Amino acid sequence: MVNSAFFLVLRRMRAPIIALIVIYAVAVVGLTLVPGVDAEGRMAPPLSFFHAFYFISYTATTIGFGEIPNAFSDAQRLWVIVCIYLTVIGWSYSVVTLIALLQDKGFQNTLTVNRFMRRVRRLKEPFYIICGCGETGGLIAHNFDRIGQAFVVLEKEELRVQELDLEDFKTDTPALAADASLPENLLIAGLKQARCRGVLAVTNDEQVNLAIAIAVRLLNPAIPVIARARTPAVTANMASFGTDHIINPYARFAEHLALAISAPERFRLIELLTSLPASPIPEPHRPPGGRWILCGYGRFGHQLADKLGQAGIQLSIIDPGAPDADHRISGDGTEARTLIEAGIAEASGIIAGTDNDVNNLSIAVTASELKPDLFVVTRQNHAANSALFHAFRGDFSMVPSHIVAQESIAILTTPMLARFLDRLDDCDETWCAALVARLQAICGQLTPTVWGVHLNISEALAAHHALMHDHTITLGELLRDGTDREQPLAACVLLIERDDRFFVLPAPDFALVAGDRLLIAGRHSARRNLELTLQNMNELDYVLSGHDRTGAWIWERLRRPRQA
Amino acid sequence: MNLEKVIFGFFIVLAATLNFGFFIGDIERPELHHVYELAAALVVSLIATVLKFGDRTQIGAIHLSTSLVADLQLIAAAITWAIAVHVTGEGMTATVTSSVVSLSGGALFANVVSVIILIVETVMLRR
Repeated sequence: MVNSAFFLVLRRMRAPIIALIVIYAVAVVGLTLVPGVDAEGRMAPPLSFFHAFYFISYTATTIGFGEIPNAFSDAQRLWVIVCIYLTVIGWSYSVVTLIALLQDKGFQNTLTVNRFMRRVRRLKEPFYIICGCGETGGLIAHNFDRIGQAFVVLEKEELRVQELDLEDFKTDTPALAADASLPENLLIAGLKQARCRGVLAVTNDEQVNLAIAIAVRLLNPAIPVIARARTPAVTANMASFGTDHIINPYARFAEHLALAISAPERFRLIELLTSLPASPIPEPHRPPGGRWILCGYGRFGHQLADKLGQAGIQLSIIDPGAPDADHRISGDGTEARTLIEAGIAEASGIIAGTDNDVNNLSIAVTASELKPDLFVVTRQNHAANSALFHAFRGDFSMVPSHIVAQESIAILTTPMLARFLDRLDDCDETWCAALVARLQAICGQLTPTVWGVHLNISEALAAHHALMHDHTITLGELLRDGTDREQPLAACVLLIERDDRFFVLPAPDFALVAGDRLLIAGRHSARRNLELTLQNMNELDYVLSGHDRTGAWIWERLRRPRQA
Repeated sequence: MNLEKVIFGFFIVLAATLNFGFFIGDIERPELHHVYELAAALVVSLIATVLKFGDRTQIGAIHLSTSLVADLQLIAAAITWAIAVHVTGEGMTATVTSSVVSLSGGALFANVVSVIILIVETVMLRR
């Protein structure tokens, strides 16, 4: 595959090159046979091979130095006329063949694939493969780019790949227009390379996502695959062969909404931690309990009905197309009459959850006109309609592509976050509210960046070294600002994992041990700050003790006798 | 019968035979090694090389490399001849003739290898 373009050129150029060689041979041999003439007009011996080849070389390439070394005889000129036309035909044939080859679709495709493979091979850092770069994939790509994570894109639409090339990513991003459901294309994208960290199957087609998930499981079982699914059947199918994370945006949103009703503070905490890092903080949602109206009873509606039922919500379901909806109500919810029939007077909330954005907006606007204090949840199917939904300003908006992107990024960048979130189930509302307040105090108006640190040689050289040499470092000592140690670092440790034990929200006097894994939430700048502290011995020394040293041998030498 | 295979075999064997024709004879005597034979050997060898372009098999690769060796040797021989006759004006002395002929001898060896590979390939052929 690597030099197939080269072989293709050779194969196609065979005939023209042979034609050129033959034409040159005939012309040169002819010139060595035709007698010449000397200055006095007497017969002279013909040109030798050397001169004949020289003459044909400059004549055939239309350089034309003239008749060298002596003026030609008429017989020679006669033959040269033949040679000139022959060689011009030969060269034109070669050049035309080469140009035709360069414009050949198959040849260009080979070149593109080769260039893509070379760029993938040249990626120095660990990378993820994003399959499908539509709304969801694009969102993931932009956030990866912002946190400096390398990635490779496989996208079916050629137009979309060209768009990606135009967007200015900070990192070098190889993108190929290819069907990701074919294992060969996944291999081209570097699936089996050691630096490949994971695969995200987030195309719009469920079957393609399924094919990607199973291909990754078989070809490179060591790396995680995150797949997007819509129907329970495909979800179950993916789970059956061990897909690491299956994200069903409908189920996830239904869970979130149910949680927001039953435990708003815990939901707020989860929302802060899993939202896209360093973006403006989302407005708090406080959906009321009681009676709700649900418009649209498809896959999304079923998930919602299931989860909200568990949270103790009574639902009136409107959907003329669904067999199991409430058929005493006529219409699809876009008219006031339908909503009044559904009991909007007693309802505390409404969910506009059809698969049509215009209908959803119509439902939402009608409902809020009928009852201004109604809690309105809208489902936004296409990111292109963001402007409309933004203008409407519903209480809670569900955008499937955002949900998938947020969750994928949270899982991939910080695997420990999932373990922390699991532990939240036991925490009460006041604890969650206190933590939310603390995070907001640290990060201001932006969402916190969440990251993991492993106190080992590669990720925290200096700290590991210090901990291995019997220095006790407490958490409070370490979390200081590296530029001014009087200031605390704008970050808070959420979880520490030591062997199989977990410490949730450890206190500042918690003593660290080499090999601990820390889950930290804080400002993005704090992350860089802490990284330097953990890696650089002098920086760590300053943060722990306040000594500002350069670490140079000569100064260490001079300092030692004085201290002794 | 495959016309492509006929042409392929023809040029490889012709390259070897022309090369042999130029090479055979007392190495020091210019009258036994005519320059036209060298030219013919070089041209046919170049054509044989081009015919081998684009074959991605292992045997195809070795075919191509032996042909490239033969071309290189014959071009070196042609340059030696051109320098002796036209640049230094020394002419085809015994020394020059023997170096030209020995260079073509090297090419002959490569051509023989080519022919052997051709035979091996044919013997391996199952169709």
